[in-house]
Amino acid sequence: MNRDTLLHIIRFISLILIQVLILNHVDFLGYLNPYIYIIFILLAPININKSLFLLLSFILGLTIDIFGDSGGVHAAACLVIAFFRPIALRTVFGLSYEFQTVKLSNTRFGEKLAYVILLVLTHHIVLFSLEIFNFSHILLIAKKTLFTSLFTIVITMLILVLFRRNDS
Amino acid sequence: MQQIINFLIRNKHSLLFLLLLFLSLVFTIQSHSYHKSKFVSSTNFISGGMYGWQHSISDYFGLKDENMRLLQENEHLRNQLSLLGVDSVTTKHLDTISFKTPYTFTQGRVIKNDYSKIDNYILINKGKKDSIVTDMGVITDKGIIGIVEQTSTNYSRVISILNSNSRINAGLKKSNQYGSLVWNGKDPNIVQLETVPRQAILKKGDTIITHGRSTIFPRGIGIGTIVSYKLDENKSYYLIDVELFNDMTDIGFIYFIKNSDIKEIKQLEAVSNE
Repeated sequence: MNRDTLLHIIRFISLILIQVLILNHVDFLGYLNPYIYIIFILLAPININKSLFLLLSFILGLTIDIFGDSGGVHAAACLVIAFFRPIALRTVFGLSYEFQTVKLSNTRFGEKLAYVILLVLTHHIVLFSLEIFNFSHILLIAKKTLFTSLFTIVITMLILVLFRRNDS
Repeated sequence: MQQIINFLIRNKHSLLFLLLLFLSLVFTIQSHSYHKSKFVSSTNFISGGMYGWQHSISDYFGLKDENMRLLQENEHLRNQLSLLGVDSVTTKHLDTISFKTPYTFTQGRVIKNDYSKIDNYILINKGKKDSIVTDMGVITDKGIIGIVEQTSTNYSRVISILNSNSRINAGLKKSNQYGSLVWNGKDPNIVQLETVPRQAILKKGDTIITHGRSTIFPRGIGIGTIVSYKLDENKSYYLIDVELFNDMTDIGFIYFIKNSDIKEIKQLEAVSNE
């Protein structure tokens, strides 16, 4: 087990703990909670085994579900963004992704932001559609998705910028 | 055969994705249907224990308020007792024989409370070990909280009245008209009372209580007061907005209600259904 694997395991566990014990109780303006645990999916290595990645994302989401009593909504949302992450990477980083040379810590701010926005929006749309599970509440879904996404994106970008590893 | 295997190997990622997605959708749909024992639930040993641990720390910050609340409830109960003229007000000893009622109460402590989602659940630190079973009512000193949905050895999960699956029988205090209490998912302090017949005479500020038509809650437990009401599209039923007595965002200690006549009532109902 090398240092990187250990780092990912520690990140996996600490993100779950932070999400469950602190961020699920923020309730900013009554109902806004940032879902920053998906940073694990954002930062997973580019060349990770795809099946393993899908399984890990599923377990990550399911753990959040177990703590939040929300059935399987986080699991489904995590799974969807894990599956579509290569597409997002290709759209945002283009050629450098094809050659597997992309490292999220040393990309430009704009590209990083676009990548985060893409995945967070997808995650939150799936999450809230399944959580509310009622098309007569479609406005509520849109409202929750929009505001929570904004909140998550801001906090995620802050964390990504603040905790950047400058080992390049 | 070879081709099938090749196909499986070639698409193994997509197939795994579909399988896991299917699994999570099953969990999701299960969580949206009322009254099924659920696989994904925070009553298990790890998450329940962790919430208990978290709560044992944060508990200290609310002790003063909790004390005040208990004092107020004691005051209220003592006043009621003196109104009833029970001569045991001055003594501390009450034996259970002198109060013939099917309802017994067990206290518990909330260790996790949600109110920002559409389907909210509350986790409580009492479970099968303390003879808590499914379908017990849960109240505080001020009013109702919800119904026990699932129990494990040490924890129980309560389906809060702030849950789209929750339907509780409730009615007016001053008359016998009743309806069912639901929540539209907007404000955690406002719930909706549906299907109250048009003949009911309503006024802002009227009290809504439980009506004792089910075996879960006894009659007369407070719920809230009317803030506004209107007739539905067919002009036959009222839709009433009820402001809760409880602040659902701030619940500390609760009581479970156990109905010891429940077996008898169920038996009688089974007979009449045949």
